[in-house]
Formats: sequence, structure tokens, C-alpha cells
Amino acid sequence: MEHSVSFSVNICEMDPDYENLGEDEPDEEPIFQDLRESAASTQRSPETLQMDIFRECTDSQSDGTPDTEQSDGTPDTEQPDGTPDTEQPDGTPDTEQPDGTPDTEQPDGTPDTEQRSSLQRHCWSAATQKVLSSMPSRTVGKSSTAVTSQHSSQLHQNQASPHGSAHSFRPVRDGLSKVDVKEISTEENKKERLVSSIRGLSLGEGIRKLRAMPLSLTDKMEIRRLAFSGIAGNTLLSRNIQCYSHLRAYILRMWRQCLFSCHIILSFLQLWHLPMKRLSGRFGTGVLSYFLFLQTLLHFNFLLLIITGLFVVFPQAINPPPLYDSHLNNLTGLELLMGTGYLSQSLMFYGYYTNTITKTCSTGESPVCKADRSQIVPYSMPAAYFLTIVIAFFITCIILVYSMSRSFGRSLQVLKSKGNLAVQVFCSWDFKVSKKSSVRLHCENISNRLKELLSETISGEDKKSCKQRLCRLIVRLLAWAACLASIFSGAIAVHHMSEAFIKRRSFSDTELLLLSAVVSGFNLLLPGFFNLCAWLEKRDSPNVRICVSIFRNLLLKVSIVGVLCYRWLWRIAGEPGHHGLKCWESFVGQELYRLLLIDFIFTVLYTFIGEFLWRLFSKRMLKRNRKPVFDIARNVLELIYGQTLTWLGLLFAPLLPAVQIIKLFVLFYMKKSSVMLNCQASRKPWRASQMSTLFIFILCFPSFLVAAVSVIYTFWKITPSSGCGPFRNLTTVFQSSKLLRQELEISHPALSWLTWLYSSLVENPLILFSTTGVFLMVIYFHNQVVDGQRQIIAQLEKQIENEGKDKKFLITKLQESSEQNNLVSPQ
Amino acid sequence: MGNKQTIFTDEQLDAYQDCTFFTRKEILRLHGRYHELAPHLVPMDYTNDPDCKLPLALIVNMPELKENPFRNRIVEAFSEDGAGNLSFNEFVDMFSVLSEMAPRELKAIYAFKIYDFNVDNYLCKEDLEKTLNKLTKEELTPEEVELVCEKTIEEADLDGDNKLSFTDFENMISRAPDFLSTFHIRI
Repeated sequence: MEHSVSFSVNICEMDPDYENLGEDEPDEEPIFQDLRESAASTQRSPETLQMDIFRECTDSQSDGTPDTEQSDGTPDTEQPDGTPDTEQPDGTPDTEQPDGTPDTEQPDGTPDTEQRSSLQRHCWSAATQKVLSSMPSRTVGKSSTAVTSQHSSQLHQNQASPHGSAHSFRPVRDGLSKVDVKEISTEENKKERLVSSIRGLSLGEGIRKLRAMPLSLTDKMEIRRLAFSGIAGNTLLSRNIQCYSHLRAYILRMWRQCLFSCHIILSFLQLWHLPMKRLSGRFGTGVLSYFLFLQTLLHFNFLLLIITGLFVVFPQAINPPPLYDSHLNNLTGLELLMGTGYLSQSLMFYGYYTNTITKTCSTGESPVCKADRSQIVPYSMPAAYFLTIVIAFFITCIILVYSMSRSFGRSLQVLKSKGNLAVQVFCSWDFKVSKKSSVRLHCENISNRLKELLSETISGEDKKSCKQRLCRLIVRLLAWAACLASIFSGAIAVHHMSEAFIKRRSFSDTELLLLSAVVSGFNLLLPGFFNLCAWLEKRDSPNVRICVSIFRNLLLKVSIVGVLCYRWLWRIAGEPGHHGLKCWESFVGQELYRLLLIDFIFTVLYTFIGEFLWRLFSKRMLKRNRKPVFDIARNVLELIYGQTLTWLGLLFAPLLPAVQIIKLFVLFYMKKSSVMLNCQASRKPWRASQMSTLFIFILCFPSFLVAAVSVIYTFWKITPSSGCGPFRNLTTVFQSSKLLRQELEISHPALSWLTWLYSSLVENPLILFSTTGVFLMVIYFHNQVVDGQRQIIAQLEKQIENEGKDKKFLITKLQESSEQNNLVSPQ
Repeated sequence: MGNKQTIFTDEQLDAYQDCTFFTRKEILRLHGRYHELAPHLVPMDYTNDPDCKLPLALIVNMPELKENPFRNRIVEAFSEDGAGNLSFNEFVDMFSVLSEMAPRELKAIYAFKIYDFNVDNYLCKEDLEKTLNKLTKEELTPEEVELVCEKTIEEADLDGDNKLSFTDFENMISRAPDFLSTFHIRI
């Protein structure tokens, strides 16, 4: 019993100056003595030190009952001879009894008292608190990464700068040479450790690790200098190493300079930096995600345009085919809209492209090509067209899957969420918002959200009566029925219209325009109807509302695209001669072009009428001060719909990405000005990262998948038209690759290994099946690994909880035992 | 590259690029922003590493920080002296950590420092109260503030000492997928 008390006493003595001197206590004793002697201006014995602490304890605690016991109890347990304490030799002989003169505060008193005052809520004695504050987890935590920067700032204070920084717990260091040396060596050790941790890695990894260190920039540069340029030494070996690192650094610098000299591309990638910043400053992350998504789509289309432009459009532009109709040379406005006339015989559409194999001589000087075939470079237009489309889709697929998995990984919530309140307090403030009114609105949002969460946690589940719940259920069912019915009727209407036109075999301008207008009209009006249904449903959780809205819009788009695909790929492509079409691919391409343009025109009209005029109307007529909120879900799905059409149309109109690029460009500026003028920030919180993941997911799965499946179906099953295009007179498009193979074998027998490779790998179904099987197995394996890790995380969480309970239990036991001791040995 | 700038040497720019998440162009742009905060104090030539610190009052006037309720704490957390005086290196460091490419762990460390008002490496109840008051601009009543603080500590405190250590904070952050996108300032 006595031992335990004296243990606590000695810990008391050690405590205030101990915080920063690391875990190895026994080594610190002589230093500790020095510290004790020179700390502050007065000579302090451990008892007076303790009395200060007790005084502070009594001051900060309102009832103070345990302390009065302690202040009598603890000093008495110190025997003048000193109980043989194995843990810690007494510094100063404990001869004096505490007088209780309030000494000057210890130099680092403030953090300790605050630490103690928060623990005192549980009326733990000062002794227990001393034990707590010198627990290994507390002292080790001082050297963790959370305070590495504090320590690192002291990396520079090697010389005796007597006073530590405002938030260091360092005592006064006059003449503490031993302490200096000790601390310098521990800091040097830390620096060495950091440098060596980087040196062992490759350059890229090392830089990544360096950037992620929570040190100040000056320290990072110091470590970088040490780690990457090597330490100058005299031995040959170290000189060689230094040479190599120098060379490596030089090469890296040259590469970077090259990279930044093509700043045109970089400035394109950072195209809308300033407008985006203004938008996020005013509206926050939610609205910004729409514009970021628009930028992503722009990059995709740009990539597609480069690929098709280089390999399909440019070669054909150099070798133009003979024109069919010479009187279609003038371009009128309506033709620009319809895609007929002049445009139908331009590079824009499929029909322009020939199925010839252009031969160019590799020796450019002589005007006449020698008969020697090895010098002829054939460029097969059909094969180029086919392979370009396939490769463009393949690259797009890879990029989509990569960005989706990266986005998904970032937004994954692995651990179970016990509640949302802490997350709301710390993670809900959007640091990008910078406009005053938006900041005020953001504060209101957060306080409303916190109040809602508080009321939920206090009152528990929202108790509704049975009748209310039934009512709600009926309303929801009705809303769903209405939405599904509207989608269905829209699709059926388009289908009937299309069938009617096909039966009449008339493809006049007005009818075609009408069809496109009807499709775009449905796309525009039905989402408004969905919003109305959502308003009637009055769902509580904003997340569910957004997801339901996205799902309904998605259903609408998918059904419309489905009906249109049926029209093009089944009805028109199935019996082209039946409809009197010479070139059905061009026709389909024109329809897609028309759809894109009319969609754009309707969007412009809606932005003008729906947002601008509605704002004026609601302000003047309805006298409402609130501006409408930007409907993110609807606008994003519009973008995805446009992108689906572009992907579908890539085969039939290779320059369609260019149209989409122009459209996206104009749309950005238009939406930006509309949002700035007409809308205000939303009152509901927006789960930005999960929504971005959802958008990319929708872009990949319904949208890209539909396009890819249509293209594959076209290549595989549909007969190309015989009168136009690069695949005329072939039964299926796949045959073009065979033709290329034959041509290559004849002209360049040296490249026959390429054709052999192609035929054995790509055309062999066995290889494709086995590759797919291997991929599926890898996916399954990774899935199992993730499941296992999730289980381990759950177990570790449980362990941490149990540890916490153990700690509480031990602390209360310690408290009880020390109280008992004080009661047993009164003085 | 063509245009020769004389603000930094090439080695300095390389060092900045390796140690932060910014490119050369962005570093030069940041220097421009730093300079325009106090044109008479900040030298245009940084090749000799001049020792120039701007006070807190100038930095929190930047349009990106002006309306942010935590602006003082943000600047203090990145300053070496703890009082908010930033040298150019610390200025770049601040925006680098707050840029969108900084990893979650790094952001969590500095977010913890920002919310730790009394700088004791724990988020105790007083810290939480101050955070809440700044977040809600005193729209909550004191009882509500008290309640929210208690519930927050209850939810997030894993080891039972009634305050949040860095591990508790990091654990809670990992449950918030939005943290990366909200703890971000565009410059």
C-alpha cells in the first residue's frame, strides 16, 4: 500500500517537467536534478511543486472535496529518510514540510492544468491524474506525427535559444547543456530516421512520401537535400553514389522542363480554373461537381476527337473521294441543323469514307513509285476505321474504369458509423466557400443540420402514427406509379411516331425534325414532372431524395435511348432498301447529329425561360425573395445522355465529338452565367464525393455499356450498306480486318508475324474466354480480401472499445485504492 | 521554357515542386499572391532566401480566407511561432496541404491542429465549444452547444478519456468521405 502511494508521489514529482523528455525515464534523473534546481526563479522542492499543483486543482474544481484529503495526505507519506523507491531516486531530500506559499507558476503550467481540469469532471484525485498524464500512450503521443512539426521546428533551435515556442512544454534551459545535448541528439535521430526512410525508396515513391510528411516546408527541403543528393563523403563509393544521384536529379529536371514546355496542353487542362473558383466560392462543392463533370466529359471528347481525327478523318481528308452530287455544294442554315445536303457528303458522316487502300510511296522524292512493293506503304481505310473505333472505345473504357475505381476507393466508408454528429461538426464546413452571403447561408445550413441531428438523437425515431405512415406510403406509391407511367408513355409515343414515319417511308425534313423535337421535349419536360412528384412525396432524408430523383431521370433516358436504338439498329439497318435509303449509316449519323443539336437548342431555351424568366416572374409576381436552386441531378443526367449519343454516333459520324466539344464549351459558359444570376446555394447538404462517384458510375455502366454493346452489335451482325462507306461490299465489318491481313501478307511478308499474332490472339475465342476467366478470378480474390479486412477492422474496433473500458476500470480502482490509503493513514 | 523568371533559382523551384503539391507555375503564382499582400515588404528576388514574414492580419485578409470562420487558426497552425506570422515557405505549405492533391492523412493532421484551439494536442470540450460557435455563428443556444459537445465526444472518443486525441479524430475522419473535398481551398 505504502509503495503504491509513494509511487504516485514520485510520479507527481516527476510530472510537470517530464512531458517532453521522452519515454526513457531512468536516464533523465541527473538531468532532472539540474532541471529542478534551475527551473523558474525560486528554489522549489517537490512538495512546494506539489502544493502548486494542488492549489491549481482546488482552484479549478468547484467542490474540491477529494483535494483537501489529498493535500493533507500526500506530503505526509513522504518520509524524511525516504522510502526506498526503486523507480526513482529522490532528487532533493524531502526535509521540508509544505508551507503552502503560492509560488510562481511553473513555466509550463497552463497545458497541465487544462489537461487536469477536463479529467476532474470525474473527481479523480490529483494522484490518479498524475498517473494518467504520464501514461505511455500520452508521452508517446508527443512524438507521434501529430506533433512532428513542433519537434521539427526545434530541429533548427540547436543552439541555446533559451525559451521554447509558445506551445512547447519545454522548461527554461539556461545552462542546461546536458539537456541540450540530449535533445539535440534525439532530434538528430529523428531527422536521420526520416532521411533514411526516404533514401531507400525509388524516386517517385520517395517524393510522394516526402510530400505527405507533416513537417514544415523548410524541414522538408532539408530532408530532400540530404536524401536525394547524398551526403558528401571522401570514399570512392560515396562519390560514385553521389555522382549517380546527381545524374538522376539532372535527368529528372530535364524531363520536367520538357514537360512544362508543352504548356499549351497544360493550360487547356486548367482551362476554367478561375470561373470554377468563383463558382465554388459562391455555391460550394455541390454545384462545382456538375461543372467538374462537364470538364471531364470535355476531356473525354477531346481524346476521342484526337484519335479519330488522326487516323480516320485526316487520311481521308488528304485523299478525297469523287463527289456524288455536284449540286450539293452550298450550305444552308437548315441543312446545318438537319445534317443533310452538303454535310451528308462531307467528312462529317460515314458515307464520305471510301473503302480504298491508299498506297503511298515511302521514298517521297521520285514521282513515280517503283514497282518494288516493299517501298509502298498501304493505308487501308476500312481497317483504319474499324480499328480506330475499337481502340477509341477500349481506351475510353479503361479510363472510365480507372477513374471510377479511384473515386470509389476515396468515398468508401469502411467503418461502421455510430452516429453522424461528430462528422457533421468537423467535416461539414466547406472551406472553399468565400462569399459573405454564402458563408452565412452555410452557417445556417450547418446549425439547422445540427439541430435536426440533436432532435433525432434526443427524441429517437420520428414517431408517426399508423395512419400517417399509411398515407405516406400511398402517396409514394402513387408518385412512383405516375413517374413510371409517364416514362412508359413517353417511350411508347416516340416508338409509335417512329413506326408511323417508317411505314409511310417518307423521310421529309419536317418529320425528322419533329421526331427529334419530340424526343428532346420529353427529355426536358418529364424531369420537371419528377421534381413535382418528389415535392409531393416530402421525403425526410435528402440523400434518398436525390437518389430517387437520379434513378427516375436515368430510367427516362435509358428507355428513350433504348427505343431509338431499336429504331436505328433493328428497323432501319435491318431493311435499308425497304425504306429507300442508299446509305443508312449516314442517315443514322444524321439523326444523332440532329438529336444533339436540338437537345442543345432546347437546353438553351430552358435555361432562358425556365431559370431566368422564372426568377423574374417569382420575384415580381409571386414576390418571393428566394431564387431557385440549381438542379444538379437533372443537369448531370442531361450531360450523360449527350455523351451516350456521342459514343453511339462515333461509328456513324466520326466528327461528332467535335460537335459535342463545341456544345459543352458553350454550355459551360451559359450554365455558369445562369447559375450566377438566377440561382442561390442550396439549403440541403450535398454529399459531394459520393455523388461524383455515382456520376462516373452512371457514365460507365448504363451509358458507356449501351454505346459499346450497340457498336459491337453493329460490327458483328449488321450488314453494311453496299453503296457507301468504308465497309461497302462486305458481309460484316469484321471482314475488313481479314482484308488488311491479306494485303499485308502480299505487300510486306516481313510483318506476317503481326497478322499471325492478331489471328491467334484476337480472333481466337479461347484466348478471350480464358482472359475473362482470369480477370473474374482476380476480382473475386480481391473481393474476398476486402471482406476479410473489413472483419479484422470490426474486431480491432471492438478491441479498442474494450481497452478503453479496461482503462476506465483500472483508473477507478487506482482512485479507490489511493483514497483508501489516505483514509487509512491520516495525519 | 522560354520566359526567364528571376524570382527563384531553378534548384529552388525544383525543391518546391518536390516538397509540395504545386507545379512551377503555381509556385510563381503563389509568390505573386504573397507579394501583393505587402508589396513593400516582400522582395521580388527570393534567390537568397530572404527572411520575410507577413503578419496574421495581412494574411487573413486574402479573399479565400476572409470569410472563413477558422481563418485565424488556419494561419496559426502553419506558422512556426504559433502567432500567425507566415514566411513564404509556410504560406506555400499552407496552401499545399489545403490543395486537392494532399492525401487524407496529411489533411487530417492539420485539421486536428486547426481545431485544437488551446494547442494541447487534444480536442477537449472547450475546443469543441469554440469550434461550434464559429461554425454556427452562435445560432445554437448554450444548452444545445453543450449537448452537441457531449454527444460528439461520446461518439468519437474511443479510449474513454473524454477528449479526442489524434487517433480518435483520424478514426472519425475516415468515416467522412466528404472530408477530402470540403477541406480544400482553391488558390
